[in-house]
Amino acid sequence: MREKLQEVFARHHGSRDALIPVLQEIQGVFGYLPPEAMDAAARFCRISPVEVYGVATFYAQFKFDPVGRNTIMVCQGTACHVMGGARILEEVMNQLKVQPSQTTEDGRFTLETVACIGACALAPAMFVNKDTHGRMKPEKIAEILNGAGN
Amino acid sequence: MEPAIRLQPGKGRQVLICRGTGCESQKANLIFASLEKEMDKAGLNGSVELKFTGCHGLCQMGPTIMVMPAGTFYCNVTPDDVSEIVEMDLVKGERVERLLFLDPKTKDRVLDYRDMNFFKPQRRIVLRNCGFINPEAIDDYLAAGGYEGIKKALKMTQQEVIDEMKRSGLRGRGGGGFPTGMKWEFANRSVADQKYIICNADEGDPGAFMDRAVLEGDPHSVLEGMMIGGYTIGATKAYVYVRAEYPMAYERTVLAIDQARERGFLGKNIFGSNFDFDIKVKLGAGAFVCGEETALMGSIEGKRGMPMPRPPFPAVKGLFGKPTNINNVETFANIPVILTRGGDWFAEVGTEKSKGTKVFALAGKITNSGLVEIPMGTPLRTIVEDIGGGIPNKRKFKAAQTGGPSGGCLPFNHYDVPMDYENLTALGAIMGSGRLIITDENTCMVDMAKFFLTFTQKESCGKCVPCRLGTKNMLEILTDIANGKGTMAQLAQLTELAEDVKAGSLCGLGQTAPNPALSTVRHFREEYEAHILRHECPARVCVRLLKFEVNADKCTKCGTCYKACPAEAITWRKKEVATIDKEKCIACRSCILACRFHAID
Repeated sequence: MREKLQEVFARHHGSRDALIPVLQEIQGVFGYLPPEAMDAAARFCRISPVEVYGVATFYAQFKFDPVGRNTIMVCQGTACHVMGGARILEEVMNQLKVQPSQTTEDGRFTLETVACIGACALAPAMFVNKDTHGRMKPEKIAEILNGAGN
Repeated sequence: MEPAIRLQPGKGRQVLICRGTGCESQKANLIFASLEKEMDKAGLNGSVELKFTGCHGLCQMGPTIMVMPAGTFYCNVTPDDVSEIVEMDLVKGERVERLLFLDPKTKDRVLDYRDMNFFKPQRRIVLRNCGFINPEAIDDYLAAGGYEGIKKALKMTQQEVIDEMKRSGLRGRGGGGFPTGMKWEFANRSVADQKYIICNADEGDPGAFMDRAVLEGDPHSVLEGMMIGGYTIGATKAYVYVRAEYPMAYERTVLAIDQARERGFLGKNIFGSNFDFDIKVKLGAGAFVCGEETALMGSIEGKRGMPMPRPPFPAVKGLFGKPTNINNVETFANIPVILTRGGDWFAEVGTEKSKGTKVFALAGKITNSGLVEIPMGTPLRTIVEDIGGGIPNKRKFKAAQTGGPSGGCLPFNHYDVPMDYENLTALGAIMGSGRLIITDENTCMVDMAKFFLTFTQKESCGKCVPCRLGTKNMLEILTDIANGKGTMAQLAQLTELAEDVKAGSLCGLGQTAPNPALSTVRHFREEYEAHILRHECPARVCVRLLKFEVNADKCTKCGTCYKACPAEAITWRKKEVATIDKEKCIACRSCILACRFHAID
């Protein structure tokens, strides 16, 4: 872990305004923010670990637990809401048996919601990793989930 | 709408394929690759230019391809259609009829995009290059007259640029509508050793994608606008703050900055002047409140993105304690044209107090979702009926929601209102940054208000009490009403609370969060009363108030509900009224949405 962190730190100046990009890159490497990595980021940016935790917990992007092998993101933006996005989310929650920002027991899926991805013309939309599935219907979900990687 | 870029003499035809987020997510990348291959095979490489561009606007029909100069507009193209397009259109010069846009009203295929009702009422100033140039090629931007605005500005004094901006009447497109020229003048007057320009691309409002489309389709125009702003206020450093959810906009902005730096457009002594300017990109981290300028600056500094009380205003004490000017993406994209064509030219477009155009992200219950740019003052009816192609499934227009969680709605009796800052504010809606969600009779206004309050309550940063507790309390009341447990006293309490939250909150998030509730109560009071007094949801959305029973008088025995039910809870035989088994019913509303005759209560 130390080596990977050093690689991230080498790309930044060790100052406060580097904190968020540093955390973003750490999450890019590990998929979440391990506690030791946050401590290291605090030393690197020369601020206290408490402040790093404060910043990290403020932003929705940062995760503190390892994520599943696939990320399902269901859009809950206005356009998707009007077109029935809540039903899509409900059905995904039913099928995966998890709440948003939880990971299935087998570690295959993490469910996330997003306030809008900007694909409003395709509403309601959901995303499996980087693939977009637009004009969703509840009955399409099982097939899409089955098609995701193990 | 007319492309700002003309075909260069000697160059033949162009094939423009949209690779914005909407089309790209529907395999535009595969279509592009396949076009490359097929055109090569047909030996067209010398005569026809293939180009990928930003958003064409008609996201509903994506992926879209335009063949210029004929203006042929192909919709819903799949990778399988490519060989036909190449053979028929590019080789033989005939159109592929079945892929042309089908006018939803006349049922005719439209030959030239300039004749499409979707494009006709539009006027493209911000999106002048979007969809016509390759956003990843700086030469395309230059060929379209790019970077002429900054060159001209550098020959003017700072005050002359400010005067030009004031003459144009341009107002902030992020939602506030503050005159840009005046904002720049404040920042210009501040004395400091370092000043900053920030471009706010933290488009967090659910249902908005205008800024994303501009950054994806024409990033250089935003950079040029920032350069002009930097020169005018005397800032040498700048940031673009992009939302993390927009990876493509981020990548294209970074690429554009690298290209501009390579050409010497950014860095020391740009364009041979003695003015230094450089831009960095910062990625947001998923906090809606960071769209608020003081919170955004906190986020760039590496802090929790919480707003600060104003004064001091950013123009006096902003980023890192230095004078800072923040404008939104769309505002910056307007600026180069104002410089090249003059403030007076810009001021001819629009209404008396709202000049220029506005980009709207049109979505919801509308036939043609997409990105549209219209002159200020265009009536809502034109946007919905002509550009948007009306409401699908023969349903009726109910209201247009503008401004997202900060805005309100425009009901049918204001269908002909000219859309500008003043009119929208007077009606309790706001211009906002430009999302326009169309709703039909199947949209419940209580549910809509609840939806927005859920969002703002979650996104409230928690710093000030009126917003933190007020939004929560309002949401509780709305939830009670939606569940049929609300009282008329609570409704009165809701509006009273809303006014307090508006008046007492620290930043724009809290000050505008009550708008969706206030506006729906104002325009759709009878709908609230139906929920409270009769425990009815007229739009059949609030699940707790639905009985899931078939009304035998209205039922036409068509069986549509039977086919729609995913739980097999409906029994139906030909020529018989359907029945719903409440044991099996999962209250998903599929039958209600499927039934055209409102026969399910």
